[in-house]
Amino acid sequence: MHIVDGALSVPVLAGGAALAAAGVAVGLRRMDADRLPQVGVVSAAFFVASLVHVPVGPSNMHLILGGLAGVVLGWTAFPALFVALLLQAVFFGFGGVTVLGVNLLVIAGPAVLCAGLFGPGIRGRALNTAMVMGGLAGAGSIAMTALAVGLALALSGDAFIPAAKLAFIVHIPVMAVEGALTAAAVVLLRRVKPELLASAAVLFDQRVTHA
Amino acid sequence: MGRGPAPRQGGSITLTHGVDRLAGGRKGDAVHEDSGYVRALDPRVRVVAAVLFAVLVVALADFGALGAALLLALTAMVAARLPLGHTVKQVLTVDTFVLVMVLMLPFTTPGEEVFRLWNLPASREGLTKAAEIALKTNAVMLMMLALVGTLETPVLGRALKHLRLPDGLVHLLLFTVRYIEVLQREYGRLRLAMRARAFRAGSNRHTWRSVGYLVGMLLVKSFERSERILMAMKCRGFDGRLHLLDDMVLGKPDAVFTSLAVPAGAVLVVLELV
Repeated sequence: MHIVDGALSVPVLAGGAALAAAGVAVGLRRMDADRLPQVGVVSAAFFVASLVHVPVGPSNMHLILGGLAGVVLGWTAFPALFVALLLQAVFFGFGGVTVLGVNLLVIAGPAVLCAGLFGPGIRGRALNTAMVMGGLAGAGSIAMTALAVGLALALSGDAFIPAAKLAFIVHIPVMAVEGALTAAAVVLLRRVKPELLASAAVLFDQRVTHA
Repeated sequence: MGRGPAPRQGGSITLTHGVDRLAGGRKGDAVHEDSGYVRALDPRVRVVAAVLFAVLVVALADFGALGAALLLALTAMVAARLPLGHTVKQVLTVDTFVLVMVLMLPFTTPGEEVFRLWNLPASREGLTKAAEIALKTNAVMLMMLALVGTLETPVLGRALKHLRLPDGLVHLLLFTVRYIEVLQREYGRLRLAMRARAFRAGSNRHTWRSVGYLVGMLLVKSFERSERILMAMKCRGFDGRLHLLDDMVLGKPDAVFTSLAVPAGAVLVVLELV
């Protein structure tokens, strides 16, 4: 869900930008020179994946993969998604410039939250638990994003509340699809490249100490 | 998020077009090769001007001022020689997203009734607000596409670095942009392999699992590639610092642009206040 320029009130825009900037700062502190290629390339992979359209009934949707981004990138999801949103706003016109902060917060915030909630289960011993947790992270991040978008709109004016409700209902099938996809992706990562998930734990828990 | 354009062939997974523009520095790219007067400007001036314009326009409420802002954005579009057909398509795609929300506003904002649709009253206040949002969105988007969207991405990265964006973010931007195209090709190979095994996308579990594996595999491949990149960079002495070889210098076109842009901004403020 991209919120456009001009819809939100100034306090909401400023608050969103401040919180998003804090998130980016935290993410950057966890990304040293050695991690940079990893975060950059994985963020490019998410950019490509977000352009994939999957059919949903008669229509189709593009993937967001916020939950998976959080699980794989930890706090560095903030700077990674910032770059992706900036590119989209500047080169495709999707999502405005002044709403960049709010848009980042509503996607990266849930991503990091889901990584914190479900990450330990995803990295845990049982593959089945990991799959379920992956699904919850995928669906949960979309649900939280839709709620956050609704909240941002509602804080800007009561007239937006019906639009916010509609946005949430529209996202219910998206949640189901993202949940199923993320569960499958987590299973694959566990089998093929568990280090990828383990390194995310580092990005989440440890702060890089600058010499 | 939400629904994108309909896939071209029934039941296939499609990739949005235009990503190749992000690769930057590619030869024969019409948008980058010839962006008219705007091309002569310093990238930093373009970024700062577009951001200030966006902030100013979002704060406006008067229709005269908003109309003038849209006019300014259209002028910038012409000056940047954006390809008309492509730009219109881009703007319309974004506008369909805006439309859904904007169309509901007249019916959800309380106020003086203008007309009724299926017994739902539409308020004047709601219509005004809807028109305001539509004008703001389009003005800001066009200005952004004209001034910043015509920059090559590496140049945008360097400009942001000169504008004191944290090193980490600039690095990340340059890295991401560099590898989007590479991973897109990787994605193409994985998709081809799936097609060779007669995969057809639909709304079913098999599709979701397969696409989930596809995404996971894309991540695995990108992770492995990033390890090789890091080693290659270390071999070349990378120590986490980005060296800018070019000094961006303000020139005569920037002075001319500023002497036009500042009064134009002032006119918007005056229109808003009177």
